[in-house]
Amino acid sequence: MKFKTKLSRLSPNTVQKIAFAGLLAATSLVLLPVLLLMAVLIGKGVTALSWTFLTDIPRDGMRSGGIYPVIVGTCWLVGGTIAIALPLGVAAAIYLTEYARRNFLTWTIKLAIVNLAGVPSIVYGLFGLGLFVMLLRCGVSMLSGSLTLAILVLPIIITSSQEALASVPQSYREASLALGATRWQTIWHCVLPNALPGIMTGAILAIGRAAGETAPILFTAAAFYLPHLPNSVFDPVMALPYHLYVIATQIPNIGQDIRYATALVLVAMVLGMSFFAIIIRWHYRKKRC
Amino acid sequence: MLNEPYKLEAINLDVYYGQVKAIRNATLQFLPNKVHALIGPSGCGKSTFLRIFNRMNDLIKAARIAGRVLLDGQDVYAKNMDVTELRRKVGMVFQKSNPFPKTIYENVAYGLRINGSMANKAELDARVEQSLKDAALWDEVKAVLHKNALELSGGQQQRLCIARALAIKPEILLMDEPASALDPISTGKIEELIYELKQRYTIVIVTHNMQQAARISDFTGFFLLGELVEYGKTAEIFTQPQDKRTEGYITGRFG
Repeated sequence: MKFKTKLSRLSPNTVQKIAFAGLLAATSLVLLPVLLLMAVLIGKGVTALSWTFLTDIPRDGMRSGGIYPVIVGTCWLVGGTIAIALPLGVAAAIYLTEYARRNFLTWTIKLAIVNLAGVPSIVYGLFGLGLFVMLLRCGVSMLSGSLTLAILVLPIIITSSQEALASVPQSYREASLALGATRWQTIWHCVLPNALPGIMTGAILAIGRAAGETAPILFTAAAFYLPHLPNSVFDPVMALPYHLYVIATQIPNIGQDIRYATALVLVAMVLGMSFFAIIIRWHYRKKRC
Repeated sequence: MLNEPYKLEAINLDVYYGQVKAIRNATLQFLPNKVHALIGPSGCGKSTFLRIFNRMNDLIKAARIAGRVLLDGQDVYAKNMDVTELRRKVGMVFQKSNPFPKTIYENVAYGLRINGSMANKAELDARVEQSLKDAALWDEVKAVLHKNALELSGGQQQRLCIARALAIKPEILLMDEPASALDPISTGKIEELIYELKQRYTIVIVTHNMQQAARISDFTGFFLLGELVEYGKTAEIFTQPQDKRTEGYITGRFG
């Protein structure tokens, strides 16, 4: 009661203003590191950015030249990851949302997906090394790296696809079934097209995640130095996160600006992906209303 | 009372949802080219009952039935019954209009594309046009066939759903309160449409609007708490109900 009388001296409006000001401050604090990071990267790296930097191979022990094979290697790794994880993830999501009965197996699978999302990425890296590189004899290669990254992003794709499928109104399914469509026809012609934007969003977030991870490719795919593009999926490949780690810690006497520019390219790629995902989602929401 | 061959009938039908008995021992028959109204207070089991006939209740895992449901004398729940085939014969229009977020044209064409029954584009065009005409919607949408169906008004959307159901040439049309969410003018259009459609279809309509039942139906069944209290010619049900409860409901003493 004492507490109440004390508080009641302030008018409810004042309390509200204080509360909102506090919440705004907390929210703004989140922006700070992002802005700071971007400012530093752009400030220190932009001088090294040039067309040559993006299109030339690394030269002089990576101290000059460009990062072309690194960028392309990242794209290939990520492309392979999505090519593996997207069909698998969407298929799993369809099964779980549209077909699976509520039994012990389904429960176990759902639990596994949640747990998979929480596994530290270095564990994926070591797992990939053991399974794909050594046991399945794929070697340190783009294939091993993509497979490892695919397992990493699978939970993201499954979860977002499940949400996208579940958000398709039940009345669409009923309408389709009542017209004599089978359950599969209903999924293929009616549910999936309506879930596609949500699935795409998840896929793009997965791309961003895969592009930025270092630990999973450390032992499975990444090449320290490879001045040309890989010839096949069984070749190792240079990739931005690992390259950044290498030039930041392993190469002496390298220009600071090259390090920052490389980081800037990586962050720009990942943020660009997220931004793209947001635009798709926004466009889709606007269309639905 | 009913001595013609039945199109659709339910015999001693019980419907359960888990432990709850939603429909108790219902027996009734539907005749070709007639409109049959099922009336009763909300939650009395009318919609549940309707969904028995095209097996939409199969989607609800806890639902099961006892008794028999016959379409042209064939057991609808027989092991060898092809449910997709059944649903093509027994079309359904839902309470809340549910067009797909596709174009008007694609909505009507959906069922035809699914079962691949149309040989070419011209045939498909013709069937879409005919279905929209049958649903009294053609004149309003013929210029905008490739507009998104969700841009239509509520009444138009519901007629589009009827057109979509008609496109696959069903024999029976089940309608679950098709006008309950519509304004009086749209409701009037739907009722006129039902009158037209009964020349070619067997129609079963669930409604909680008694005036509507009296206006459009030839036969009326009154449901109360999962029980089919009374079923007979609409004129008789509304003028000389046999059961006190029917009389009470119709005269507005409860409901």
